Amino acid sequence: MDRVSRREFLIAGAAAGGGLLLGWRIEAQPRVAAAPRTPTPLEFAPNAFIRVGTDGGVTLIMGQVEMGQGMYTSMPMLLAEELEIGLDQVRLEHAPSDDKRYANPLFGFQATGGSTSVKGLYLPMRRAGATARTMLIAAAAARWNVEPASCRAERGSVIHAASGRRLGYGALAAAAAELPIPDNVPLKRPEEFKLIGTPAKRLDTPAKVKGVAQYGIDVRLPGMKIATVAASPVLGGTLASLDEAKAMAIPGVRQIVRLDDAVAVVADHMWAAKQGLAALAIRWDDGPNATVSIADVVEGLAAAAATPGVVARKEGDAAAAIAGAATKLEAVYQAPFLAHTTMEPINCTVHVRPDGCEVWTGSQVLARAQATAAQVSGLPLEKVVVHNHFLGGGFGRRLEVDYVTQAVRIARQVDGPVKVVWSREEDVQHDVYRPYYYDRIAAGLDAGGRPIAWTHRLVGPSILARWLPPAFRNGLDGDALDGAVHLVYDIPAIQIEYVRHEEGVLNTGFWRGVGVTHNTFVIESFIDELAVAAKTDPFAYRHALLDKAPRARAVLELAAKEGSWGATLPAGRGRGIALMYSGWDTYVAEVAEVSVSPVGEVRVHRVVCAVDCGIIVNPDTVKAQIEGGVIFGISGALWGEVTLKNGRVEQSNFHDVRVLRMNETPAIEVYLIRNGEAPGGIGEPGTAVTAPALANAVFAATGKRIRKLPLKADQLRSA
Amino acid sequence: MQLTINGRDVTVDVPADMPVLWVLRDVVGLTGTKFGCGIAACGACTVHLDGTPTRSCVTPVSAAVGKRITTIEAIGETQPGKKVQQAWLDLEVVQCGYCQSGQIMAAAALLAKRPHPTDADIDAAMSGNICRCGTYPRIRLAIKHAARTPTSATRGG
Repeated sequence: MDRVSRREFLIAGAAAGGGLLLGWRIEAQPRVAAAPRTPTPLEFAPNAFIRVGTDGGVTLIMGQVEMGQGMYTSMPMLLAEELEIGLDQVRLEHAPSDDKRYANPLFGFQATGGSTSVKGLYLPMRRAGATARTMLIAAAAARWNVEPASCRAERGSVIHAASGRRLGYGALAAAAAELPIPDNVPLKRPEEFKLIGTPAKRLDTPAKVKGVAQYGIDVRLPGMKIATVAASPVLGGTLASLDEAKAMAIPGVRQIVRLDDAVAVVADHMWAAKQGLAALAIRWDDGPNATVSIADVVEGLAAAAATPGVVARKEGDAAAAIAGAATKLEAVYQAPFLAHTTMEPINCTVHVRPDGCEVWTGSQVLARAQATAAQVSGLPLEKVVVHNHFLGGGFGRRLEVDYVTQAVRIARQVDGPVKVVWSREEDVQHDVYRPYYYDRIAAGLDAGGRPIAWTHRLVGPSILARWLPPAFRNGLDGDALDGAVHLVYDIPAIQIEYVRHEEGVLNTGFWRGVGVTHNTFVIESFIDELAVAAKTDPFAYRHALLDKAPRARAVLELAAKEGSWGATLPAGRGRGIALMYSGWDTYVAEVAEVSVSPVGEVRVHRVVCAVDCGIIVNPDTVKAQIEGGVIFGISGALWGEVTLKNGRVEQSNFHDVRVLRMNETPAIEVYLIRNGEAPGGIGEPGTAVTAPALANAVFAATGKRIRKLPLKADQLRSA
Repeated sequence: MQLTINGRDVTVDVPADMPVLWVLRDVVGLTGTKFGCGIAACGACTVHLDGTPTRSCVTPVSAAVGKRITTIEAIGETQPGKKVQQAWLDLEVVQCGYCQSGQIMAAAALLAKRPHPTDADIDAAMSGNICRCGTYPRIRLAIKHAARTPTSATRGG
């Protein structure tokens, strides 16, 4: 039986089928930058389980999901490092949905996102591996009647060098499971690392290059039907009428499912379902948002921006200092709604039976998927099983369970399993969008051009108030403010304010970096404006404000050096620089080179990033995440924009949701700073730092300061 | 309808205008070929018809009759496909992986036609394939890496 040590983080016991089972928990602390941190003690809630089988196989049951960010390699690396096994000796299983067992230590529940996995699990995962290794060594030492200290572990075996004896973990697992859990096992010193810090091969790649990796959309079940869906094109609209007979006449169409706000066509295959949906000639009652356009949204935000916000950071009297400053600058910045367009369109497969419900999908929040399925199906939580899969992109989209809720509503009316697959058009038009933000920012400079005061009022909806209500405290959304409140520049008077403003015309949520991605654009563009006003080089201007932030200064210097800052460029090109720091505890600086064509088309030629994310687990993954983050950021900055007309999203597919392609991709160089600082997040910083680097480069190339994303041709045309 | 998929003869009872994509995924059960956009704008659904890279989401199955359909599941049995898959592993191209079936199919067709592609060749062959994770720089390097790989004497598969 499991024995739980209440004083310790770890539990150990015999695994089903023999062997050693180890799990652990961490006190949960929701990641809220601007709110006080109050640890919430949980019941025993291990963040992962390790199973050492009697065959010597080591299985890691992963609470974190794999969506391309390399979690299925980084986490095994941490475990294998301390357990003294090869990375090739770790088997991985997707964890089932369970908030208690697989809570993300930085959220307090089961979630993968916000660049938190390595940050949160770096020490716990290693501690678990070291504890298991210590117990296995103790079991071997007891069997040989020698001192544990005279034994060592290597590649899944315990070795007693003096006598030349060796036993594999499999032979020791059962005995280890009977031993007490050791206190405070020592962890390796960084100089002893064999895996951490090396460019390990990703464990999920072989299946992905052969086309056999299973994503949610690849699920096939006996008797399964395929459904595709049309939800009301206007948020808040309802179904008015449809022509069911026409759809049912299409071969392969089996059933039309009506919900109050959506219709699904259930068929033998997607082709029939798509044709059926098109044949329905659906009419909608558009409801209260029927006439909303993007201009209405901006008007609402602008009005809200005229009102004082809740103060999130205050040092000195910034307003008074600006009033008395030699030079005053103020500006309004805007960032649009953005769609995620994960390559795997939204999908969810559900089988509702009278006695249970099964869900097959890819989710960043498995236990939430389970909870909504239970609620909609009316079944108790323990009767709902969620099978997770590889995610064909997350970027925050799969932190939402709207599509699980909808699929279960549909499946309740279907006999047997049904896979609900959204068309790309449905995906673009019913996303949970990155919010539209509207920022008012101002600064005062002294006679020498140095900033003496800074005020930043940011206006937008609160994602956290909906997504994690306890984290929305005192009128502050720590995620919306992330990066803004972390301003690293040495300015004597600072005031950061937040105005929560909900428009309610589109659902809004997380999008690779959300708060930081929007705030870094505003802050780093505006710092550039100050440098211009001070007639100072943008790199030198920032550098002079970083005496108290040596890590920020170091990445800035490295990016400038590697990015050839100051070197002559071909005619028509401009170079921009940007710096990013936030609650992810990672510093990134970027230098970008662009040119702008006479019709205003921006071309990115070169991007250089310098990164300090503290201790690096897998440097190749860190580089890949920065490269990918930069490309995601370029797509967003140059073209990303979701607009509304008559309450409807105007974009629909990749022909009008433009994203970067191979022929437009610049050379991207990533330079890593190595140090022993605590690991920071890496999934999102590359995206956050890119828009301002590009906007500043556009300014350098054209003299045009673009304060409203995207950096579209209509703002930049010269011909 | 009689089809040849990955060297096997397969009989399917489907409408003639049904896109190859859905025949593969929903009828035959080969799910390595991915749905991305449905309008030939993203390349995730790329298969080969007689060796030519083809967007299966807009190709009616009737157009594939009498042709050899090759999918990601069997591309490793060709020399270019095998080299590309190995290069993808060697250079650690993949992130979420969802678009990579289509990327690999496009790259394998490129190498079959141009064993030593230039950057311009790569741009021309690969710009129809979207990757939201942003693996393009590594795809470019991996294609060049595959092009440098000696052709092995024995044919795999």
